[in-house]
This record gives sequence, structure tokens and C-alpha cells, in this order.
Amino acid sequence: MTSPTRVRVVLAHVRQRDRTRVDLAEQTGVGDALIRGLVRAQLALALRLALVVAVGLGGLPLLFAVAPAVGHVTIAGVNLPWVLLGVAPYPFLIVVGWVYVRLAERNEHDFTSVVQRPER
Amino acid sequence: MSPYTVPAIVAVTLATVAIGVYGLRFARTTSDFLVASRMVSPTWNAAAIGGEYLSAASFLGVAGLILKHGVDVLWYPVGFAAGYLALMLFVAAPLRRSGAFTLPDFCEARLRSRRLRKLATAFVVFIGWLYLVPQLQGAGLTLATVTGAPYYLGALLVGSVVTANVALGGMRSITFVQAFQYWLKLTALAVPVIFLVLHWQAAGRPEVASPAGVTFTAPTTVVVEHAATLTRADGSTVEVRPNDKLHFAAGDPVPRVSNVDYDDGLDWLLPGDASGDRGLFATYSLMLATFLGTMGLPHVLVRFYTNPDGAAARRTTLVVLCLVGMFYLFPTLYGVLGRIYTPQLLMTGRTDAVVLLLPSAALGGGTTGQMLGALVAAGAFAAFLSSSSGLLTSVAGVLSTDVLGRGSVRDFRVSSVLGGAVPVILALNVAGLDVSRVVGLAFAVAASSFCPLLVLGIWWRGLTDIGAAAGILAGGGAAAGAVLLTVFGVPMTGWTATLVQQPAAWTVPLAFAVMVAVSKATRRRVPTSVGATMLRLHAPDALRY
Repeated sequence: MTSPTRVRVVLAHVRQRDRTRVDLAEQTGVGDALIRGLVRAQLALALRLALVVAVGLGGLPLLFAVAPAVGHVTIAGVNLPWVLLGVAPYPFLIVVGWVYVRLAERNEHDFTSVVQRPER
Repeated sequence: MSPYTVPAIVAVTLATVAIGVYGLRFARTTSDFLVASRMVSPTWNAAAIGGEYLSAASFLGVAGLILKHGVDVLWYPVGFAAGYLALMLFVAAPLRRSGAFTLPDFCEARLRSRRLRKLATAFVVFIGWLYLVPQLQGAGLTLATVTGAPYYLGALLVGSVVTANVALGGMRSITFVQAFQYWLKLTALAVPVIFLVLHWQAAGRPEVASPAGVTFTAPTTVVVEHAATLTRADGSTVEVRPNDKLHFAAGDPVPRVSNVDYDDGLDWLLPGDASGDRGLFATYSLMLATFLGTMGLPHVLVRFYTNPDGAAARRTTLVVLCLVGMFYLFPTLYGVLGRIYTPQLLMTGRTDAVVLLLPSAALGGGTTGQMLGALVAAGAFAAFLSSSSGLLTSVAGVLSTDVLGRGSVRDFRVSSVLGGAVPVILALNVAGLDVSRVVGLAFAVAASSFCPLLVLGIWWRGLTDIGAAAGILAGGGAAAGAVLLTVFGVPMTGWTATLVQQPAAWTVPLAFAVMVAVSKATRRRVPTSVGATMLRLHAPDALRY
């Protein structure tokens, strides 16, 4: 059975949510801090994953230069550099991309739940 | 040549034009992209982005470079794919939320400056033209290889067809056409490669890189085009003149031709080259250019507008990464097998034709070889039709709204003709450069101009219009200058040559540094709207700012 109390809670919920939204839109101290936090989190995530790629792929030319013997290792008759450059980078990039999409969406979800949280 | 080739090419062209004209009824204005966005799934959208992106450079050029230079140039396809990861990490979602349709739009939305908009327009046009040149080169090469027509005729003909098509409004960036082109290109490389690998297996896996150097697998006749000096395996030299016919028997070593540069034996098989540090610098420079250049390509950016929101833009990019990565597995195999079956290309220097010639060279003149040859030629046509139409549409779009007029249909038509004519003229003058190398240069300019603008514009509140303009002029200007020196073939040696031919490693940091320093010096000019803009760029889509 629905009671009047339940209706009041919903109204309070909406008003509270609107307040955070207004904070955001009008760049009040709270709103500004919130959005800066999100931008920082997303940028940190992007930079961390870019670093993974920079080390993972960017390390290869250095590896080949420092240890030329790597080139003579073969996998199923194919020299290792051909595998490392011709095949391996694509799954690697896709996995990094997949991780990014998941974590970036989680950051946004966290942000949304703060903004839409019924009570502060 | 195969009797199926010309019909296949004509069919692809007609299908593209017909779908374009038919689709025109649905897609006339920018807002149609929005309408389309509600109907198009991320997978279709991603296939469309892949279709527009995989150009002649990817379809023909990568295999040609691998045939010549081996493992070192595998960085080209890796970079072309990795560029989408950088785009996803730093640009995709916020850019979609910004609502900007082109790079000049983004400049105006973020920094409120008309003058910066004009500067961005100039760079969009420059990069677009630079990227169009190798497409037309590829077209000229394909027609020359397939029909024996002179190179300039092919470039001219295809340039005119694409220009007319774009000017008359066909082949707008219609999702369906571009998605179709992606799958056609993938099929056109993947199906023949299965036959080629099976054939190679059946022939007892002939060695790809024997220490003795490249040898002819079948009796071959090479017709000399330019006077040159041949160096035979035993060290003796022969002068040859145009129209000389050289006959080689199966098993003969391929002589070196004085004006064709390629790697042999272990140089080809293993990473690194004789130039040592310079080679390493060039590799890192290429990585920087391709990783960071993709986000600044005008035709790539427009497509992101068809995503319904920021999160969808991210997911679409992930699918693009999968599709593009899958595609790039194949050109490598063509380049490698080309060492065995089309070694004469190392004499003529037309290595970009390896994808076109390999099926008939390896499988012989039977029906299978001819059909597969026709399929590959059709795929090549799909490659430069889709890319050059997308590029020309972008270039004509900014020319008509920001330079020549106010974006009326008539302005757009005039702009397409002008936008198409310049790259045709350029293409006629750079026939000697590898297709993928020219594309690499376009990436270097994009990475040194629009990459810093987008990354700083999206993530740093302190960017000002003057800072952005200074950064673009310093980094992009330096890269553009280096590119012009390379394209017009100014002779250089040693470190100068390396720094000019692979400029990204110094122009990209330069652009970032200048942009940050000048923005800090002009701090008063930070737009007052920056807080609201940041909110719109980064707030999750569910909140709808």
C-alpha cells in the first residue's frame, strides 16, 4: 500500500539531486571541486594506460637495439621481432582499450552516483 | 592482366556512386548525422570509421614497404592502429560531448576565437591535401598496374571521379557505404591470402629471407623504365637504358638497381639498420607521429559525431581498434610473400603494387589467380574511393564555410573542385615517394598541430587562444616545412635528413611546450566560459549538460 510519506521522500530526493546539479552548472565551490575531481581521475587513468602502451610498445625498439640476439629467437619458424611487431601489438592495444572503457565508465558511474545521491 | 579486373573495379565504383546518390536523399545536412546516429549501432559505425580510415596507404602501401624494408616498417601499421587507442584515451568521449563537428568548430567552442578557427582551417586543408596525394598516387599506380595506362592518367582520372562525385553530393560520409567498404577491403585482402599461404605451403615453404639474397622463383622479364646501373650478385655492373628487356631464369639472383633502395638478407629480416642511432630516432619519431596523429586527421574526427553520446564514442573506438587491428594482420603477409613471388618489384621500385600483383604471380594465370587478382584490385579501389571521398568532403566542408563562402551548396561545389585539383597536381609530381611514407608525413603534421590543441584543450583549463595558435604555428609549421622539403625532394644526408624526414620527435614536444608556455604568459585570456565547457566535456552523458 502506498503511503503519503513515500511521495515526500521522492520529492526530497529530486530537490537534493537538483541542488548538486545546480552546484555543477553554476560552478559553485562544491560543483567546481566535483568536476575537477572527475577530470583529474579520468586524466590519471588515461595517462596510466598511455604509460603502459609507451613502455610495452616503446620498449621494443630499445630492446632490439640493446639485445640484438632477440631477433634470432624463432617461434614456429618465425623470428621473434615479426611476432612482436606483426601480430602481438593488436591484441595488446585492444586489451588496453577494453580496460580503459571499463575503468572510465566506472569513474563516470561513481561521479553520477555522487551527483544523484539522495542525501548528502 | 586478368579479364575480371576491369569489371570488378567498375562494379565497385558504380556501387559506391549509386549507394552514395541513393543515400543522398537521406543525408543532406549535418543534422542528418544526428538522425543517423540514432539508427546506427556502434558496430556499423565502427566499420564505417574503419572503412574511411583504411586508405591506399594501408591497403597497398604497408605491404609495399614491408617488401622493401622488412620488419622495421611494421611500425607503420602498428602506429596506424595505436592512434585509435590514443584517440580513445584522450579525445573520443569529451570531443563527442563538445558537439564540435570539425576541428575549427572545436577551436571556436573551446577558446571562443575566430582567428584561431581560421588557423585551424588552414591546417585542416593542408593535412587533407597531404593525405589525398598518396590516395591519388595509389589510384594511378593501380590503374597503371592493371591496365598499363600511364601513371598520370590514373591519378587524373580518379581525382576527377572523386571530385565530381563529392561536388555533386554523392558519397557523403554515409555510414552504410563506408561500412561496406571496410568489409570489402578486409575480404579483398583476407581471401587471397588464404590461397597464397596454402600455395606457399604446397610449394614446400620456400625460404623468405635466404642469406644469398632475393632470387626469381619463375622466369621473369623486366622492362627498364629509367636508365640505371645494375649490380649483379657477383659484383659486376651493367648499365641499362629505358625499354631494355632483361630476362631472368628461375633461381637467378635479383640484381640491385642503383635508384631503388631496399634491404636484403638479415637487414630485412631483423630490426635495426646500418644508421644505428638515426634509425632508432626515426623509429621513435614515426611512433610519435602515428600514435598521436590519428586524432588530428580531419576525416576521422567528423565521423565521431555520428555517435549518440560520449560513452558510445568510446565504445565505438574500441570496436574500430578491433577492426583495424584485424585488417593490419594481412598486409604483412603480402609483403613477406612478395619477396618470393614478385621480386621484380625490387628492381622496378614499384613495390606499392605488390598486393595487386601477388595473386596472379603466385597462383598463375588460371581462373583462381585471375579472380583473386580482380578481388584485390576492387579492394584497392574501395580503399582510395572511400578515403579520398571522406577527405575531400572534409576539406571542401571547411573551405566552403570558412574560406570561400558561407557554406551554401554552391560554395561547397566550388570548394570541392578547388580542393580536388590541388592534390591531383601534387600527386603528379611525387610519383617517386612511397605511398605510406607520404601518409606518415601527414600524420606528423597532425600530431604536431591538432594533437596538442585537442589534448590540452580537453584536459587543461589554462589553454588560451594565443597559446594554441602559437603552438600550432611553431609545431605544425615546423612539421609542415619539413614535409614540404621531403615531398619536393630537397637532397639531404645524415642527421639533417633524419630530422626532416621524420620530424615528429621534435615538432610534437615543441608544439606542446610552446602552447603551454604562451598560454601561461597570456593567462588573462583564458575564456570565462572554461568552467562550463569543462563541465560539458567531462560530465557523464546521463547528467546531460
